[in-house]
Amino acid sequence: MSDPAASSTQSRLLHRLSHLLQRNWRSLVLFIPFFWLLLFFLAPFFIVLKISLAETIIASPPFTPMIEWVDEGIMHIRVVIDNYAYLWEDDLYAKTYLNSIKISSISTILCLLIGYPMAYAIVRSSHTTKHILLMLVILPFWTSFLLRVYAWMGLLADQGTINNLLIAIGIIDEPLRMLYTPFAVYVGIVYTYVPFMILPLYANMEKIDWTLLEAAADLGAKPMTTFFTVTLPITLPGIIAGSLLVFIPATGEYVIPDLLGGGNVLMIGRVLYNEFNANIDWPVASAVAIALLLLLVLPMMLYQHMQAKQVEAE
Amino acid sequence: MSQSIDYNDRPWLDPEAEPFIKVQSVSKHFGDFTAVDSVDLEIYKGELFCLLGGSGCGKTTLLRMLAGFETPSSGSILIDGVNMTDVPPYERPVNMMFQSYALFPHMTVESNVGYGLRRDGIAKEEIRQRVEDMLAMVELTQFRKRKPHQLSGGQKQRVALARSLIKQPKMLLLDEPLAALDKRLRVQTQYELMNIQDKLGVTFVVVTHDQEEAMTLSTRIAVMDLGRFQQIGTPTEIYEFPSSRLVATFIGNANMFEGRVTENGIDHVIVESKDPACSFYIDHGMSIAEGSKVWVALRPEKIQVSKQPPGDSNFNCIKGMVNDIGYLGGTSTYRVLIGDDRIVEITSPNLSRPKDGNPPIDWDEEIYLSWEASNPVVLTK
Repeated sequence: MSDPAASSTQSRLLHRLSHLLQRNWRSLVLFIPFFWLLLFFLAPFFIVLKISLAETIIASPPFTPMIEWVDEGIMHIRVVIDNYAYLWEDDLYAKTYLNSIKISSISTILCLLIGYPMAYAIVRSSHTTKHILLMLVILPFWTSFLLRVYAWMGLLADQGTINNLLIAIGIIDEPLRMLYTPFAVYVGIVYTYVPFMILPLYANMEKIDWTLLEAAADLGAKPMTTFFTVTLPITLPGIIAGSLLVFIPATGEYVIPDLLGGGNVLMIGRVLYNEFNANIDWPVASAVAIALLLLLVLPMMLYQHMQAKQVEAE
Repeated sequence: MSQSIDYNDRPWLDPEAEPFIKVQSVSKHFGDFTAVDSVDLEIYKGELFCLLGGSGCGKTTLLRMLAGFETPSSGSILIDGVNMTDVPPYERPVNMMFQSYALFPHMTVESNVGYGLRRDGIAKEEIRQRVEDMLAMVELTQFRKRKPHQLSGGQKQRVALARSLIKQPKMLLLDEPLAALDKRLRVQTQYELMNIQDKLGVTFVVVTHDQEEAMTLSTRIAVMDLGRFQQIGTPTEIYEFPSSRLVATFIGNANMFEGRVTENGIDHVIVESKDPACSFYIDHGMSIAEGSKVWVALRPEKIQVSKQPPGDSNFNCIKGMVNDIGYLGGTSTYRVLIGDDRIVEITSPNLSRPKDGNPPIDWDEEIYLSWEASNPVVLTK
């Protein structure tokens, strides 16, 4: 049988706990995602940073420890920045970084050119069509990303659907070389990331007061002038959000250049993979990763800044 | 002295005057819905013309067709003698002030106001000067560097007005220009708007659902319903001589009595109503057949209230009981019960202060309502 005194203590404890919870639920709610980020993003980041400051050895794990206990309780800290120096000296890395940025920049612009009119058309369409069109934009996410890239391999191959079709029609005699070229990589990246451009643009355009365009026309602006003086500036936050959502992941993209570009298109994701798996050089691979992160932090911070400014304006 | 009409203030009476805007049998259909139904309208230079009506009556559609945002399904629109029916908005010599103001959120007050001039490729220095003058006129000079979201409702309204006037349009269209302002500001802005219109001599066409606004602002009012004009006239004409029951009840309040013409003399008409039982003697002749069904409209302020019978006439007098009193300070509104269930509304000025704290007329008091023979309006539709 339960002791009445104990049960009373228990209930008092429970009461106090619930009281505490009620008062601090905000901090608690914030703490959970914060803890998640700490555990799964910040901690791995520091591990990678640590590995990037080590040297390769043939052992398991294949790098030297940072902190070693020499006898008599002397702590030995070893920090090596050779890996970063190596990235700097070997121009393969600089070239790869630049190539990655070039490919993701061009892809972002292509996504914008395709996504902007699409988002505009979706916003201006009737209520029912709008939902169908939005659904179609989201639909590709329902199948595996990898599967869709493999499908593009089938489409773009020398004996693939597109070449077979073009030859059957008689437009070409020899198959066009598309797979394993930069063209295939652009197709893959633009295809994959266009929804990430459309959705933030749609969200931005959905809030626009369209009488602004009528006001511009009323004041003598032709459609083109209206677009450049009114539509474009007020959709700029959406353009920036969409561009960053495309640019940042596209820069670090691995699967698409690997499957569609073969060995012909060097992107930083592939180099990273090679260092880790082919060369088993974890420290250099980690340095590549850290350098990539630094390269991407800048636009991310820019995005944050823009968002903060927009919130402030509203 | 012979009576002469001053055509300057009332150009629509001048048989020689050429209308500035001609709307000729214009219709607009949206699918099965007819927003504007074969409408004819002539507006003269310098007028402040109001399109008045409830929501969905077609007034905004008509305004948007004048601006060029909608193309008429049929009919034509002439502005200053030029056919504008299919001319896009950016080539029309008219400007519009939007109900939402539609100020460009990414531009300062200054750039908003100068937007129209920049589109015309006017020299920078001239733009600067004209923007400055316009901002001075609407008293916004010190706010010229602000963005729209940093302005109050009244300031936004003035920016919108300045922006739409800066190109010196031949006609300014205003869509519910005062709807977004609170009451006190609205009254003040009303008079500002009239002053500016007077000063610039621009023809204003105002869309509004607010009859008080229409009455104060306009030279003429067009009352719209179901895509058609019910009546076009000066505020006085519309109020004192409404052409239909709809106009009589839409503009101000009116007590409506249904009855039949029992006598039609040369200089008078007599109408008998059954509910409440009352005889109306109207002191002017009308071309109505005896026995035909009519409605008599009586404005609340045109009825006198007295405790004693006002005379021994059988006409234009009715007995009732005070059911409700609304004391508004300057005036009081009495709701008087006639018979069992008929309520007649009366507005009466409070000419003297109540003695000993007793109101001149109290609840549940029996009173007599009477009116002059010229006050009832006989309506046939």
